Amino acid sequence: MSAHIENNSLSAKLQHATEVKSAKCYQCGKCSAGCPVSNEMEYPPSVAMRLLQTEDPENDKKLLKSQTIWLCVSCEMCLSRCPMEIDIPKAMDFMRQKSLAEGLSHPKSKNIISFHKAFLDSIKFTGRLHEISLVADYKLRSWHLGQDVGMVPSMLSRGKLPILPEMIKGRKQVAEFFKKTKKT
Amino acid sequence: MQKKIGYYPGCSLEGSSREYSESVVTLANAFDVELVQVPDWNCCGATAAHNLNSILSFSLPARILAKAQEAEMDTIVVPCAACYNRLTMVQHELKKNDTLRAEVNGIIGAELKCDIKILNIVQFIQMFVADFVASKQQFLFDKKVACYYGCLLVRPHDVLDFDRTEDPQSMDEVMKSLGANPIDWPFKTECCGAGMSVSRTDIVGRLSGRIVKEAADRGAEAIIVACPMCHSNLDMRRPALEKAMGEKLTIPVLYISQAIDMALGKSQKETGINRHFVPVNISLQNRVVVPEVVLEKTEEN
Repeated sequence: MSAHIENNSLSAKLQHATEVKSAKCYQCGKCSAGCPVSNEMEYPPSVAMRLLQTEDPENDKKLLKSQTIWLCVSCEMCLSRCPMEIDIPKAMDFMRQKSLAEGLSHPKSKNIISFHKAFLDSIKFTGRLHEISLVADYKLRSWHLGQDVGMVPSMLSRGKLPILPEMIKGRKQVAEFFKKTKKT
Repeated sequence: MQKKIGYYPGCSLEGSSREYSESVVTLANAFDVELVQVPDWNCCGATAAHNLNSILSFSLPARILAKAQEAEMDTIVVPCAACYNRLTMVQHELKKNDTLRAEVNGIIGAELKCDIKILNIVQFIQMFVADFVASKQQFLFDKKVACYYGCLLVRPHDVLDFDRTEDPQSMDEVMKSLGANPIDWPFKTECCGAGMSVSRTDIVGRLSGRIVKEAADRGAEAIIVACPMCHSNLDMRRPALEKAMGEKLTIPVLYISQAIDMALGKSQKETGINRHFVPVNISLQNRVVVPEVVLEKTEEN
Protein backbone atom coordinates (compact mmCIF):
# COMPACT_ATOMS: atom_id res chain seq x y z
CA MET A 1 0.00 0.00 0.00
CA SER A 2 1.40 3.38 -0.92
CA ALA A 3 1.37 5.98 1.83
CA HIS A 4 0.78 8.74 -0.63
CA ILE A 5 -2.58 9.43 -2.26
CA GLU A 6 -2.10 10.97 -5.68
CA ASN A 7 -5.20 13.12 -5.62
CA ASN A 8 -8.58 13.38 -4.00
CA SER A 9 -10.45 11.31 -6.57
CA LEU A 10 -12.45 8.23 -5.68
CA SER A 11 -10.20 6.08 -7.86
CA ALA A 12 -7.08 7.29 -6.01
CA LYS A 13 -8.72 6.59 -2.66
CA LEU A 14 -9.78 3.18 -3.91
CA GLN A 15 -6.26 2.34 -4.99
CA HIS A 16 -4.81 3.61 -1.73
CA ALA A 17 -7.17 1.53 0.41
CA THR A 18 -7.40 -1.66 -1.66
CA GLU A 19 -4.69 -1.60 -4.37
CA VAL A 20 -7.44 -1.91 -6.98
CA LYS A 21 -6.44 0.09 -10.05
CA SER A 22 -9.39 1.19 -12.15
CA ALA A 23 -6.90 2.80 -14.58
CA LYS A 24 -6.09 -0.65 -15.96
CA CYS A 25 -9.59 -1.10 -17.44
CA TYR A 26 -9.59 -1.05 -21.26
CA GLN A 27 -13.35 -1.27 -21.60
CA CYS A 28 -13.67 -4.72 -23.14
CA GLY A 29 -17.03 -5.08 -21.41
CA LYS A 30 -16.65 -8.72 -20.38
CA CYS A 31 -17.61 -7.82 -16.80
CA SER A 32 -20.82 -6.13 -17.86
CA ALA A 33 -21.67 -8.98 -20.23
CA GLY A 34 -21.26 -11.55 -17.46
CA CYS A 35 -22.74 -9.54 -14.59
CA PRO A 36 -26.07 -11.14 -13.62
CA VAL A 37 -27.53 -7.81 -12.48
CA SER A 38 -26.01 -5.39 -15.01
CA ASN A 39 -29.39 -4.87 -16.67
CA GLU A 40 -30.71 -3.52 -13.36
CA MET A 41 -27.79 -1.13 -12.90
CA GLU A 42 -27.53 2.46 -14.09
CA TYR A 43 -23.76 1.91 -14.47
CA PRO A 44 -22.79 -1.68 -15.34
CA PRO A 45 -19.33 -2.65 -14.00
CA SER A 46 -17.33 -1.53 -17.06
CA VAL A 47 -19.13 1.83 -17.06
CA ALA A 48 -18.42 2.17 -13.33
CA MET A 49 -14.72 1.57 -14.08
CA ARG A 50 -14.83 4.24 -16.81
CA LEU A 51 -16.46 6.74 -14.44
CA LEU A 52 -13.70 6.09 -11.91
CA GLN A 53 -11.05 6.66 -14.58
CA THR A 54 -12.32 10.16 -15.32
CA GLU A 55 -11.41 11.26 -11.76
CA ASP A 56 -14.19 13.81 -12.07
CA PRO A 57 -15.82 14.68 -8.70
CA GLU A 58 -19.23 14.70 -10.38
CA ASN A 59 -18.74 11.15 -11.64
CA ASP A 60 -17.41 10.01 -8.26
CA LYS A 61 -20.58 11.31 -6.69
CA LYS A 62 -22.72 9.59 -9.32
CA LEU A 63 -21.18 6.28 -8.33
CA LEU A 64 -21.55 6.78 -4.59
CA LYS A 65 -25.18 7.78 -5.10
CA SER A 66 -25.91 4.92 -7.49
CA GLN A 67 -28.03 1.83 -7.06
CA THR A 68 -25.30 -0.02 -8.95
CA ILE A 69 -23.04 -0.44 -5.94
CA TRP A 70 -25.89 -1.95 -3.88
CA LEU A 71 -27.26 -4.14 -6.65
CA CYS A 72 -23.91 -5.87 -7.05
CA VAL A 73 -24.43 -9.37 -5.58
CA SER A 74 -20.69 -10.02 -5.01
CA CYS A 75 -20.79 -13.06 -7.28
CA GLU A 76 -17.25 -12.30 -8.54
CA MET A 77 -18.06 -13.14 -12.17
CA CYS A 78 -16.60 -9.79 -13.29
CA LEU A 79 -13.27 -10.46 -11.58
CA SER A 80 -13.05 -14.00 -12.85
CA ARG A 81 -13.48 -12.84 -16.46
CA CYS A 82 -11.48 -9.61 -16.35
CA PRO A 83 -8.40 -9.91 -18.62
CA MET A 84 -6.70 -7.25 -16.46
CA GLU A 85 -7.67 -8.98 -13.21
CA ILE A 86 -9.23 -5.85 -11.75
CA ASP A 87 -10.88 -6.74 -8.45
CA ILE A 88 -14.19 -5.02 -9.19
CA PRO A 89 -16.00 -6.74 -6.26
CA LYS A 90 -13.46 -5.19 -3.92
CA ALA A 91 -14.05 -1.81 -5.56
CA MET A 92 -17.79 -2.27 -5.03
CA ASP A 93 -17.23 -3.05 -1.30
CA PHE A 94 -15.10 0.08 -1.02
CA MET A 95 -17.66 2.27 -2.76
CA ARG A 96 -20.53 0.88 -0.65
CA GLN A 97 -18.71 1.71 2.56
CA LYS A 98 -17.76 5.15 1.25
CA SER A 99 -21.33 5.80 0.17
CA LEU A 100 -22.70 4.91 3.61
CA ALA A 101 -20.02 6.92 5.41
CA GLU A 102 -20.82 9.99 3.35
CA GLY A 103 -24.58 9.51 3.65
CA LEU A 104 -24.99 9.25 -0.12
CA SER A 105 -26.69 5.87 -0.47
CA HIS A 106 -29.50 5.71 -2.99
CA PRO A 107 -32.99 5.79 -1.42
CA LYS A 108 -34.11 2.87 -3.59
CA SER A 109 -31.31 0.73 -2.15
CA LYS A 110 -32.66 1.16 1.36
CA ASN A 111 -34.01 -2.40 1.56
CA ILE A 112 -30.74 -3.99 0.56
CA ILE A 113 -28.83 -1.89 3.09
CA SER A 114 -31.45 -2.58 5.79
CA PHE A 115 -31.02 -6.30 5.24
CA HIS A 116 -27.23 -6.14 5.59
CA LYS A 117 -27.54 -4.02 8.73
CA ALA A 118 -30.15 -6.34 10.24
CA PHE A 119 -27.86 -9.29 9.48
CA LEU A 120 -24.96 -7.71 11.35
CA ASP A 121 -27.23 -6.67 14.26
CA SER A 122 -28.19 -10.28 14.76
CA ILE A 123 -24.56 -11.42 14.96
CA LYS A 124 -23.64 -8.55 17.25
CA PHE A 125 -25.93 -9.76 20.03
CA THR A 126 -25.62 -13.52 19.87
CA GLY A 127 -22.46 -14.26 17.90
CA ARG A 128 -24.42 -16.22 15.32
CA LEU A 129 -27.09 -15.35 12.83
CA HIS A 130 -30.62 -15.99 14.06
CA GLU A 131 -32.98 -15.92 11.13
CA ILE A 132 -36.17 -14.91 12.98
CA SER A 133 -34.36 -11.96 14.62
CA LEU A 134 -32.81 -11.04 11.28
CA VAL A 135 -36.14 -10.92 9.47
CA ALA A 136 -37.89 -9.12 12.36
CA ASP A 137 -35.11 -6.52 12.47
CA TYR A 138 -35.25 -6.15 8.66
CA LYS A 139 -39.02 -5.63 8.75
CA LEU A 140 -38.72 -2.88 11.33
CA ARG A 141 -35.99 -1.20 9.32
CA SER A 142 -37.77 -1.52 5.98
CA TRP A 143 -41.42 -1.41 7.11
CA HIS A 144 -42.10 -4.48 4.97
CA LEU A 145 -44.03 -5.94 7.86
CA GLY A 146 -46.11 -8.46 5.97
CA GLN A 147 -43.39 -9.79 3.66
CA ASP A 148 -42.82 -13.55 3.68
CA VAL A 149 -45.18 -14.05 6.63
CA GLY A 150 -46.87 -16.77 4.58
CA MET A 151 -43.66 -18.81 4.62
CA VAL A 152 -43.44 -18.99 8.40
CA PRO A 153 -45.81 -21.91 9.10
CA SER A 154 -44.23 -24.09 6.42
CA MET A 155 -40.73 -23.23 7.60
CA LEU A 156 -41.67 -24.06 11.17
CA SER A 157 -43.27 -27.36 10.21
CA ARG A 158 -40.08 -28.31 8.36
CA GLY A 159 -37.97 -27.48 11.39
CA LYS A 160 -36.23 -24.71 9.47
CA LEU A 161 -36.87 -21.87 11.93
CA PRO A 162 -35.42 -22.33 15.40
CA ILE A 163 -37.38 -19.98 17.69
CA LEU A 164 -34.56 -19.20 20.10
CA PRO A 165 -31.15 -17.90 19.05
CA GLU A 166 -27.96 -19.82 19.82
CA MET A 167 -26.01 -17.67 22.24
CA ILE A 168 -22.32 -18.41 21.92
CA LYS A 169 -20.03 -18.05 24.93
CA GLY A 170 -17.87 -15.57 23.10
CA ARG A 171 -20.74 -13.25 22.19
CA LYS A 172 -19.32 -10.39 24.26
CA GLN A 173 -16.03 -10.75 22.43
CA VAL A 174 -17.88 -10.68 19.09
CA ALA A 175 -19.77 -7.56 20.21
CA GLU A 176 -16.38 -6.02 21.01
CA PHE A 177 -15.27 -6.62 17.39
CA PHE A 178 -18.12 -4.38 16.29
CA LYS A 179 -16.96 -1.62 18.63
CA LYS A 180 -13.31 -1.98 17.69
CA THR A 181 -13.98 -1.94 13.96
CA LYS A 182 -16.57 0.83 14.00
CA LYS A 183 -15.80 3.53 11.49
CA THR A 184 -15.09 6.89 13.05
CA MET B 1 -10.45 -46.70 12.13
CA GLN B 2 -12.42 -43.56 12.72
CA LYS B 3 -10.94 -40.32 11.42
CA LYS B 4 -11.59 -37.00 13.13
CA ILE B 5 -11.89 -33.74 11.29
CA GLY B 6 -12.88 -30.18 12.25
CA TYR B 7 -16.35 -29.03 11.24
CA TYR B 8 -17.68 -25.52 10.73
CA PRO B 9 -21.41 -25.79 9.96
CA GLY B 10 -22.18 -22.06 9.91
CA CYS B 11 -25.47 -20.41 10.82
CA SER B 12 -27.66 -21.50 7.89
CA LEU B 13 -26.92 -25.14 8.61
CA GLU B 14 -28.30 -24.70 12.11
CA GLY B 15 -31.45 -23.01 10.82
CA SER B 16 -33.15 -22.83 7.46
CA SER B 17 -30.72 -25.30 5.87
CA ARG B 18 -30.43 -27.77 8.71
CA GLU B 19 -31.01 -30.69 6.35
CA TYR B 20 -27.68 -29.89 4.72
CA SER B 21 -25.89 -30.42 8.02
CA GLU B 22 -27.96 -33.54 8.73
CA SER B 23 -27.01 -35.05 5.39
CA VAL B 24 -23.33 -34.15 5.79
CA VAL B 25 -23.22 -35.76 9.23
CA THR B 26 -24.99 -38.85 7.86
CA LEU B 27 -22.47 -39.00 5.04
CA ALA B 28 -19.46 -38.58 7.34
CA ASN B 29 -20.74 -41.28 9.72
CA ALA B 30 -21.23 -43.68 6.83
CA PHE B 31 -17.55 -43.30 5.96
CA ASP B 32 -16.25 -43.42 9.54
CA VAL B 33 -15.40 -39.76 9.78
CA GLU B 34 -16.20 -37.95 13.00
CA LEU B 35 -17.02 -34.27 12.48
CA VAL B 36 -15.93 -32.21 15.47
CA GLN B 37 -17.41 -28.73 15.59
CA VAL B 38 -15.06 -25.76 15.93
CA PRO B 39 -15.58 -24.83 19.60
CA ASP B 40 -17.93 -21.90 20.26
CA TRP B 41 -17.91 -20.88 16.59
CA ASN B 42 -19.43 -17.59 15.44
CA CYS B 43 -21.00 -16.35 12.21
CA CYS B 44 -18.53 -15.68 9.36
CA GLY B 45 -20.20 -12.32 8.61
CA ALA B 46 -21.18 -13.43 5.11
CA THR B 47 -21.93 -10.82 2.44
CA ALA B 48 -23.26 -8.27 4.93
CA ALA B 49 -19.92 -7.85 6.69
CA HIS B 50 -17.76 -7.45 3.60
CA ASN B 51 -20.29 -5.11 2.04
CA LEU B 52 -20.50 -2.80 5.05
CA ASN B 53 -17.32 -3.16 7.10
CA SER B 54 -14.13 -4.64 5.65
CA ILE B 55 -12.17 -4.98 8.86
CA LEU B 56 -15.11 -6.64 10.61
CA SER B 57 -15.36 -9.02 7.65
CA PHE B 58 -11.80 -10.14 8.45
CA SER B 59 -12.27 -10.27 12.21
CA LEU B 60 -15.30 -12.57 12.32
CA PRO B 61 -13.77 -15.38 10.23
CA ALA B 62 -10.44 -14.80 12.00
CA ARG B 63 -12.03 -15.69 15.35
CA ILE B 64 -13.33 -18.94 13.83
CA LEU B 65 -9.86 -19.78 12.53
CA ALA B 66 -8.39 -18.92 15.94
CA LYS B 67 -10.87 -21.26 17.67
CA ALA B 68 -9.97 -24.06 15.28
CA GLN B 69 -6.26 -23.39 15.80
CA GLU B 70 -6.73 -23.41 19.59
CA ALA B 71 -8.42 -26.80 19.32
CA GLU B 72 -5.44 -28.01 17.24
CA MET B 73 -7.56 -28.72 14.17
CA ASP B 74 -5.35 -28.90 11.09
CA THR B 75 -8.29 -29.41 8.71
CA ILE B 76 -11.85 -28.13 8.82
CA VAL B 77 -14.69 -28.95 6.48
CA VAL B 78 -17.06 -26.10 5.66
CA PRO B 79 -20.11 -27.32 3.70
CA CYS B 80 -21.62 -23.86 3.22
CA ALA B 81 -20.03 -22.41 0.08
CA ALA B 82 -20.39 -18.87 1.42
CA CYS B 83 -18.64 -19.65 4.71
CA TYR B 84 -16.01 -21.70 2.86
CA ASN B 85 -15.36 -18.72 0.61
CA ARG B 86 -15.10 -16.19 3.45
CA LEU B 87 -12.85 -18.38 5.61
CA THR B 88 -10.54 -19.19 2.70
CA MET B 89 -10.38 -15.60 1.45
CA VAL B 90 -9.68 -14.24 4.91
CA GLN B 91 -6.97 -16.79 5.71
CA HIS B 92 -5.36 -16.04 2.34
CA GLU B 93 -5.39 -12.25 2.83
CA LEU B 94 -4.15 -12.47 6.41
CA LYS B 95 -1.35 -14.81 5.43
CA LYS B 96 0.04 -12.51 2.76
CA ASN B 97 -0.55 -9.16 4.46
CA ASP B 98 1.48 -8.75 7.69
CA THR B 99 0.01 -5.34 8.59
CA LEU B 100 -3.55 -6.57 8.24
CA ARG B 101 -2.78 -9.76 10.17
CA ALA B 102 -1.29 -7.75 13.04
CA GLU B 103 -4.35 -5.52 13.14
CA VAL B 104 -6.81 -8.43 13.08
CA ASN B 105 -4.78 -10.40 15.65
CA GLY B 106 -5.07 -7.34 17.88
CA ILE B 107 -8.84 -7.20 17.47
CA ILE B 108 -9.46 -10.89 18.13
CA GLY B 109 -6.72 -11.33 20.73
CA ALA B 110 -4.98 -14.28 19.08
CA GLU B 111 -1.92 -15.11 17.01
CA LEU B 112 -3.12 -16.67 13.78
CA LYS B 113 -0.81 -19.06 11.99
CA CYS B 114 -3.02 -19.12 8.89
CA ASP B 115 -2.19 -22.71 8.06
CA ILE B 116 -5.53 -24.49 8.48
CA LYS B 117 -6.67 -26.61 5.58
CA ILE B 118 -10.19 -25.48 4.69
CA LEU B 119 -12.22 -27.99 2.68
CA ASN B 120 -15.45 -27.38 0.84
CA ILE B 121 -17.99 -30.19 0.67
CA VAL B 122 -16.78 -31.49 -2.69
CA GLN B 123 -13.17 -31.63 -1.48
CA PHE B 124 -14.40 -33.46 1.61
CA ILE B 125 -16.16 -35.98 -0.62
CA GLN B 126 -13.09 -36.38 -2.84
CA MET B 127 -10.90 -36.96 0.20
CA PHE B 128 -13.03 -39.15 2.46
CA VAL B 129 -15.86 -40.60 0.39
CA ALA B 130 -15.10 -41.00 -3.31
CA ASP B 131 -12.69 -43.92 -3.05
CA PHE B 132 -15.01 -46.01 -0.90
CA VAL B 133 -18.41 -45.12 -2.28
CA ALA B 134 -18.60 -48.12 -4.62
CA SER B 135 -18.41 -50.56 -1.73
CA LYS B 136 -21.21 -48.90 0.25
CA GLN B 137 -23.57 -47.82 -2.49
CA GLN B 138 -26.94 -49.58 -2.37
CA PHE B 139 -28.83 -47.91 -5.20
CA LEU B 140 -27.89 -46.52 -8.57
CA PHE B 141 -28.61 -42.82 -8.92
CA ASP B 142 -29.66 -43.44 -12.50
CA LYS B 143 -31.12 -40.00 -13.21
CA LYS B 144 -30.34 -37.05 -15.40
CA VAL B 145 -29.00 -34.32 -13.13
CA ALA B 146 -27.86 -30.70 -13.49
CA CYS B 147 -24.86 -29.95 -11.28
CA TYR B 148 -25.08 -26.34 -10.17
CA TYR B 149 -21.93 -24.91 -8.55
CA GLY B 150 -22.93 -21.26 -8.11
CA CYS B 151 -20.42 -18.52 -7.34
CA LEU B 152 -18.70 -18.95 -4.05
CA LEU B 153 -17.45 -22.49 -4.48
CA VAL B 154 -15.34 -21.62 -7.52
CA ARG B 155 -14.67 -17.87 -7.45
CA PRO B 156 -12.22 -16.25 -7.19
CA HIS B 157 -10.26 -19.06 -8.76
CA ASP B 158 -6.84 -17.54 -8.02
CA VAL B 159 -7.37 -17.93 -4.30
CA LEU B 160 -9.74 -20.88 -3.95
CA ASP B 161 -7.85 -22.90 -6.56
CA PHE B 162 -10.75 -25.33 -6.82
CA ASP B 163 -11.95 -26.94 -10.03
CA ARG B 164 -12.37 -25.00 -13.29
CA THR B 165 -13.80 -21.55 -13.03
CA GLU B 166 -16.14 -21.59 -16.04
CA ASP B 167 -17.01 -25.23 -16.50
CA PRO B 168 -16.33 -27.03 -13.23
CA GLN B 169 -16.51 -30.83 -13.28
CA SER B 170 -15.98 -32.10 -9.73
CA MET B 171 -19.65 -32.47 -8.79
CA ASP B 172 -20.41 -33.95 -12.20
CA GLU B 173 -17.72 -36.56 -11.54
CA VAL B 174 -19.16 -37.44 -8.13
CA MET B 175 -22.64 -37.80 -9.60
CA LYS B 176 -21.32 -39.90 -12.51
CA SER B 177 -19.70 -42.26 -10.02
CA LEU B 178 -23.14 -42.83 -8.46
CA GLY B 179 -24.57 -43.77 -11.85
CA ALA B 180 -26.10 -40.40 -12.72
CA ASN B 181 -26.04 -38.73 -16.08
CA PRO B 182 -25.00 -35.07 -15.58
CA ILE B 183 -26.24 -32.78 -18.33
CA ASP B 184 -24.15 -30.24 -20.19
CA TRP B 185 -25.56 -26.79 -19.57
CA PRO B 186 -24.36 -23.19 -19.52
CA PHE B 187 -25.54 -22.06 -16.06
CA LYS B 188 -23.24 -24.05 -13.80
CA THR B 189 -21.67 -20.97 -12.24
CA GLU B 190 -24.33 -18.31 -12.81
CA CYS B 191 -25.41 -16.45 -9.67
CA CYS B 192 -28.72 -17.35 -7.96
CA GLY B 193 -29.11 -13.85 -6.49
CA ALA B 194 -27.58 -14.97 -3.21
CA GLY B 195 -28.17 -12.65 -0.28
CA MET B 196 -30.93 -10.67 -2.02
CA SER B 197 -33.44 -13.37 -1.18
CA VAL B 198 -35.29 -11.15 1.29
CA SER B 199 -34.41 -7.62 0.19
CA ARG B 200 -34.91 -8.07 -3.58
CA THR B 201 -36.90 -11.27 -4.03
CA ASP B 202 -37.81 -10.08 -7.54
CA ILE B 203 -34.16 -10.26 -8.65
CA VAL B 204 -33.74 -13.70 -7.08
CA GLY B 205 -36.88 -14.81 -8.91
CA ARG B 206 -35.38 -13.83 -12.27
CA LEU B 207 -31.85 -15.13 -11.69
CA SER B 208 -32.76 -18.38 -9.97
CA GLY B 209 -35.76 -18.84 -12.25
CA ARG B 210 -33.53 -18.84 -15.33
CA ILE B 211 -31.26 -21.44 -13.75
CA VAL B 212 -34.07 -23.80 -12.70
CA LYS B 213 -35.92 -23.45 -16.00
CA GLU B 214 -32.77 -24.13 -18.01
CA ALA B 215 -32.06 -27.31 -16.01
CA ALA B 216 -35.67 -28.49 -16.35
CA ASP B 217 -35.86 -27.67 -20.08
CA ARG B 218 -32.75 -29.75 -20.69
CA GLY B 219 -34.44 -32.72 -19.12
CA ALA B 220 -32.68 -32.85 -15.76
CA GLU B 221 -34.63 -34.67 -13.05
CA ALA B 222 -32.80 -32.97 -10.17
CA ILE B 223 -30.50 -30.04 -9.59
CA ILE B 224 -27.49 -30.84 -7.43
CA VAL B 225 -26.06 -28.04 -5.27
CA ALA B 226 -23.38 -27.46 -2.63
CA CYS B 227 -24.49 -24.19 -1.05
CA PRO B 228 -27.34 -23.40 1.37
CA MET B 229 -28.00 -20.01 -0.25
CA CYS B 230 -28.31 -21.59 -3.70
CA HIS B 231 -30.56 -24.25 -2.19
CA SER B 232 -32.91 -21.89 -0.42
CA ASN B 233 -33.18 -19.63 -3.46
CA LEU B 234 -33.83 -22.55 -5.82
CA ASP B 235 -36.08 -24.51 -3.42
CA MET B 236 -37.72 -22.35 -0.74
CA ARG B 237 -38.15 -19.39 -3.10
CA ARG B 238 -39.68 -21.51 -5.87
CA PRO B 239 -42.98 -19.55 -5.99
CA ALA B 240 -41.01 -16.33 -6.76
CA LEU B 241 -39.10 -18.20 -9.50
CA GLU B 242 -42.31 -19.51 -11.03
CA LYS B 243 -43.80 -16.03 -10.95
CA ALA B 244 -40.76 -14.58 -12.76
CA MET B 245 -40.71 -17.36 -15.37
CA GLY B 246 -44.49 -17.54 -15.78
CA GLU B 247 -44.59 -21.31 -15.49
CA LYS B 248 -44.68 -24.14 -13.00
CA LEU B 249 -41.26 -25.56 -12.16
CA THR B 250 -41.27 -28.89 -10.31
CA ILE B 251 -37.67 -30.06 -10.52
CA PRO B 252 -36.29 -30.84 -7.02
CA VAL B 253 -33.00 -29.50 -5.65
CA LEU B 254 -30.65 -31.79 -3.73
CA TYR B 255 -27.47 -31.13 -1.84
CA ILE B 256 -24.70 -33.32 -3.19
CA SER B 257 -24.40 -34.91 0.26
CA GLN B 258 -28.09 -35.85 0.11
CA ALA B 259 -27.66 -37.40 -3.33
CA ILE B 260 -24.87 -39.64 -2.02
CA ASP B 261 -26.87 -40.49 1.11
CA MET B 262 -29.81 -41.52 -1.08
CA ALA B 263 -27.54 -43.77 -3.09
CA LEU B 264 -26.31 -45.29 0.17
CA GLY B 265 -29.92 -46.15 0.95
CA LYS B 266 -30.31 -43.70 3.84
CA SER B 267 -33.76 -42.78 5.10
CA GLN B 268 -35.55 -39.47 4.49
CA LYS B 269 -34.85 -38.54 8.09
CA GLU B 270 -31.14 -39.14 7.64
CA THR B 271 -30.92 -37.21 4.37
CA GLY B 272 -33.34 -34.46 5.46
CA ILE B 273 -35.05 -34.38 2.05
CA ASN B 274 -38.41 -34.29 3.85
CA ARG B 275 -37.59 -30.71 4.86
CA HIS B 276 -37.52 -29.38 1.30
CA PHE B 277 -40.26 -27.17 -0.11
CA VAL B 278 -40.17 -28.69 -3.60
CA PRO B 279 -41.01 -32.38 -3.08
CA VAL B 280 -38.16 -34.73 -3.90
CA ASN B 281 -40.09 -37.09 -6.13
CA ILE B 282 -37.09 -39.28 -6.84
CA SER B 283 -36.94 -42.87 -5.81
CA LEU B 284 -33.93 -44.97 -6.55
CA GLN B 285 -35.00 -48.46 -7.54
CA ASN B 286 -32.08 -50.22 -9.11
CA ARG B 287 -29.78 -51.94 -6.69
CA VAL B 288 -26.07 -51.80 -7.25
CA VAL B 289 -24.32 -55.04 -7.92
CA VAL B 290 -20.92 -54.66 -6.33
CA PRO B 291 -18.14 -56.38 -8.23
CA GLU B 292 -16.11 -58.66 -5.96
CA VAL B 293 -12.87 -56.92 -6.89
CA VAL B 294 -14.12 -53.74 -5.21
CA LEU B 295 -15.18 -55.61 -2.08
CA GLU B 296 -11.75 -57.24 -1.77
CA LYS B 297 -10.06 -53.88 -2.23
CA THR B 298 -12.11 -52.30 0.57
CA GLU B 299 -11.41 -55.15 2.95
CA GLU B 300 -7.69 -54.60 2.47
CA ASN B 301 -8.16 -51.02 3.70
